[in-house]
Amino acid sequence: MSLAAQQQAPAAAETAILEMRGISKTFPGVKALSNVNLTVRAGEIHAVVGENGAGKSTLMKVLSGVYPHGEYEGDIYFQGRLCRFRDIADSEKAGIVIIHQELALVPLLSIAENIFLGNEPAKNGIIDWNAAFARTRALLRKVGLKEPPTTLITDLGVGKQQLVEIAKALAKEVKLLILDEPTASLNEGDSDALLALLKEFQGQGISSILISHKLNEILKVADTITVLRDGATVDRLDCRAERIDEGRIIKSMVGRELADRYPPRHPRIGQPIFEVRNWIVYHKEHADRQMIKGIDFHVRKGEVVGIAGLMGSGRTELAMSIFGRSYGQKISGQVFLHGKEIDVSTIQKAMDAGLAYVTEDRKNFGLVLIDDIKRNITLANLEGVSRNTVIDDGQELKVANKFRRDLNIRCSSVFQQTVNLSGGNQQKVVLSKWLFSGPEILILDEPTRGIDVGAKYEIYTIINRLAEEGKGIVVISSEMPELLGISDRIYVMNEGRMVGEMPTSEASQEKIMQAIMTSWGS
Amino acid sequence: MAQQTLTTEEQAQQGSLGRFIKNNIREYGMLLSLILIMIFFQFMTNGTLLKPLNLTNLILQNSYIVIMALGMMLIIVAGHIDLSVGSVCGFVGAVAAVLIVKLGFHWLPVTFLCLVLGAVIGAAQGYFVAFWKIPSFIVTLAGMLVFKGLALWILAGQSVGPFPVPFQRMSSGFLPDLFAAAEATGQQFNLTALLIGLVVTALVIYFNVRERRAQQAHGLAEEPFVIFLGRNILVAAGFVLFSYLMASYKGLPNVLIVMFALIVLYAFVTSSTTIGRRIYALGGNEKAARLSGIKTNRLTFYTFMNMGLLAGLAGLIFAARLNTATPKAGLGFELDVIAACFIGGASASGGVGKVVGAVIGAFVMGVMNNGMSILGIGIDLQQMIKGLVLLAAVFLDVYYKNKA
Ligand SMILES: Nc1ncnc2c1ncn2[C@@H]1O[C@H](COP(=O)(O)OP(=O)(O)OP(=O)(O)O)[C@@H](O)[C@H]1O
Ligand SMILES: [Mg+2]
Repeated sequence: MSLAAQQQAPAAAETAILEMRGISKTFPGVKALSNVNLTVRAGEIHAVVGENGAGKSTLMKVLSGVYPHGEYEGDIYFQGRLCRFRDIADSEKAGIVIIHQELALVPLLSIAENIFLGNEPAKNGIIDWNAAFARTRALLRKVGLKEPPTTLITDLGVGKQQLVEIAKALAKEVKLLILDEPTASLNEGDSDALLALLKEFQGQGISSILISHKLNEILKVADTITVLRDGATVDRLDCRAERIDEGRIIKSMVGRELADRYPPRHPRIGQPIFEVRNWIVYHKEHADRQMIKGIDFHVRKGEVVGIAGLMGSGRTELAMSIFGRSYGQKISGQVFLHGKEIDVSTIQKAMDAGLAYVTEDRKNFGLVLIDDIKRNITLANLEGVSRNTVIDDGQELKVANKFRRDLNIRCSSVFQQTVNLSGGNQQKVVLSKWLFSGPEILILDEPTRGIDVGAKYEIYTIINRLAEEGKGIVVISSEMPELLGISDRIYVMNEGRMVGEMPTSEASQEKIMQAIMTSWGS
Repeated sequence: MAQQTLTTEEQAQQGSLGRFIKNNIREYGMLLSLILIMIFFQFMTNGTLLKPLNLTNLILQNSYIVIMALGMMLIIVAGHIDLSVGSVCGFVGAVAAVLIVKLGFHWLPVTFLCLVLGAVIGAAQGYFVAFWKIPSFIVTLAGMLVFKGLALWILAGQSVGPFPVPFQRMSSGFLPDLFAAAEATGQQFNLTALLIGLVVTALVIYFNVRERRAQQAHGLAEEPFVIFLGRNILVAAGFVLFSYLMASYKGLPNVLIVMFALIVLYAFVTSSTTIGRRIYALGGNEKAARLSGIKTNRLTFYTFMNMGLLAGLAGLIFAARLNTATPKAGLGFELDVIAACFIGGASASGGVGKVVGAVIGAFVMGVMNNGMSILGIGIDLQQMIKGLVLLAAVFLDVYYKNKA
């Protein structure tokens, strides 16, 4: 259905709870949205999809008053009334609640304190904790959490934190719930629970807007899909009227058919070049808790090795402890590169030996957000752009622009602050940084989290290229199809142990899950 | 994919004058405010402010603040603070006085020793901050008390002086005039000072032009030519006028030379070297910096050690200037130094700030101190005005950041 047709369809507008008309938003140097239309019918789950940097988050920020009226062009009609939100509190009063791409909970406060942060049930400024706990319990029940309200946020996993965010939204009499990539860091079970919850809300008349790069999830729950591309509405798909599949969405998103999700791979695998033996790591705070329990694994020259496992299986801990002991304590074991034992006791030494680790947490561990793209790309290899410790600005610029082109980083220039980049483009900057450090062994931790299909393909292509150059690649991913699609061999990890190893040709999602299941408690 | 980026035409538009000024208001605003403040006081004091004698005093009075501001800027950029610099300054001066005046050691090794002492003090504080992760606020608050106490103790509550003449020269000496006749009294025109001024001016312009060439070569010259020209003319005029004024008094003070050399050194290190870049990254996001292979602990340690060294140097200069070490020396310096950095555009959350900004900030404070004193404004009012200027500067900073 074309955009023009949708605008002329009055039927849709009749039952619309939300109508955004002709929204445009410009940042210095970037037109993030131009004349975007979004119509959400009452009681539906409306998915917004698009490539990284298409403007999804920006559109939601306009809607929820993060960018107040006056900072954008166009009109917002909510429940038939023209709204001009001054701030988030204003939009919340109207019943629009947004849960941002990055969670906004205070880690050292309890669930109850977080849920009522800023609108505590109080009399004369004195908080009525009994009332707060009672309401919290009711809210938690609604989202299916059994934790006591006094539990600290830090003690919850991401999945549960996400549910607390939703409970927090429910505390505010929500009519329209906006979720910006809520499942990006959830495993399949948690994601499904969350989606089921959205369905349940739908039954209670709460509409929601769901942003996600996981198209299979969208197809599971969405009633309508709006597709953004380069800051404009390019399509509106009605899942109830016609059969929509992933290929159809992708076509709208990227503007062409994407024949394959994974680039063809012609592996030329050589001898083992990287080997870890009997690796043991203890928890960074609890010295008696063993996190990694004697792991052996190896990577061959030109090989892409996947590590599968559930959230909390210790994959990130394994990778970070190998990368200069950046996680854990009482670490023991040996690491070999080209048959020689190497010293990885500090990050610098690990890097000098030829390792690189691309973090799963780009905002906290990957980027200096207040710095520009250029400075972030060269940070791990300043020697590469300097002579006698003096930085050669021209050289640095050349390097940054090369990566901008190679990885197709969307930005106004390499002088743009990374904080203003969309999630996917931030990921590409982090990746560029480590590619520029010229590693022999590249460990990628959830490299495609929050990344669109097109960009995923680009990143897979880069992985292939590096492997072809004879490097060893380790990919940690929670998305099994991805591991099956790009790796040559897959390790399965659970509870700090390697519980399975299989060539990809013999692997399947079932086999991986089975390896995990049979390992429980053993 | 190209739609996200504006067309080159639109970008060219952004390079226009108004847009550029708006985007860079902070950087030019600093310099302009300093000039305005100077013009204001020049006018109010009937020309006393820029009299050669007063100008010389202004430099001497502020040298130690400027020198410490260089180190403080690094500390703040790294995401920390150092409250102890005033006390360290006083303590090092006191040690120098006791060693030279009371115990009769030669001033040269003592000077060297005192610089080392400053560095050791900085290192000691840095050790706790960097390797034990104790907040710098607490460590240096402790240091502030400890060294204030130590200074009192070794001076036994008394002033110790005077220093031998060569030591005093560090602060009160002037670069000799190579062209002066043998019988010169020192009151005649100092040609050397003017020549040095001209050479420095030429060098500054040369480097500016070279930098712009390099930028143009990479298609980066976003600064409109008019502004580039105006800025250079202004800077050149300032330098020439300044050296002329200095030349018509006693010439260039030794301290000025030291100070200028340090400013150039620190500006260069922060803007163009790997270690400078790493300090900014450390302040911007310590975890990310660490995971990029930067030895963040060691770097933090060094910034504190450096601060101690500069505080030691400032202590020596201050003692030499007063020609005695008093238990009160250095009192409250930390406030002026920290204020200078924030007026100069540093961010309290780290990662942001420029050395030149700190220097300008220090002179903003210095000129106001000096001008208000000449006008006979009471110390009470002076404090209030300085406080408000600090607040206003930071407020404008935040205001423009929010608007951008
Ligand atoms: N504050 C800002 N200043 C400048 N540019 C910005 C700012 N915020 C967003 N942008 C730009 O606007 C565009 C849209 O960004 P947005 O975050 O909305 O993308 P997105 O569709 O949510 O992408 P993702 O899927 O990666 O999260 C991007 O090109 C981004 O660089
Ligand atoms: Mg987004």
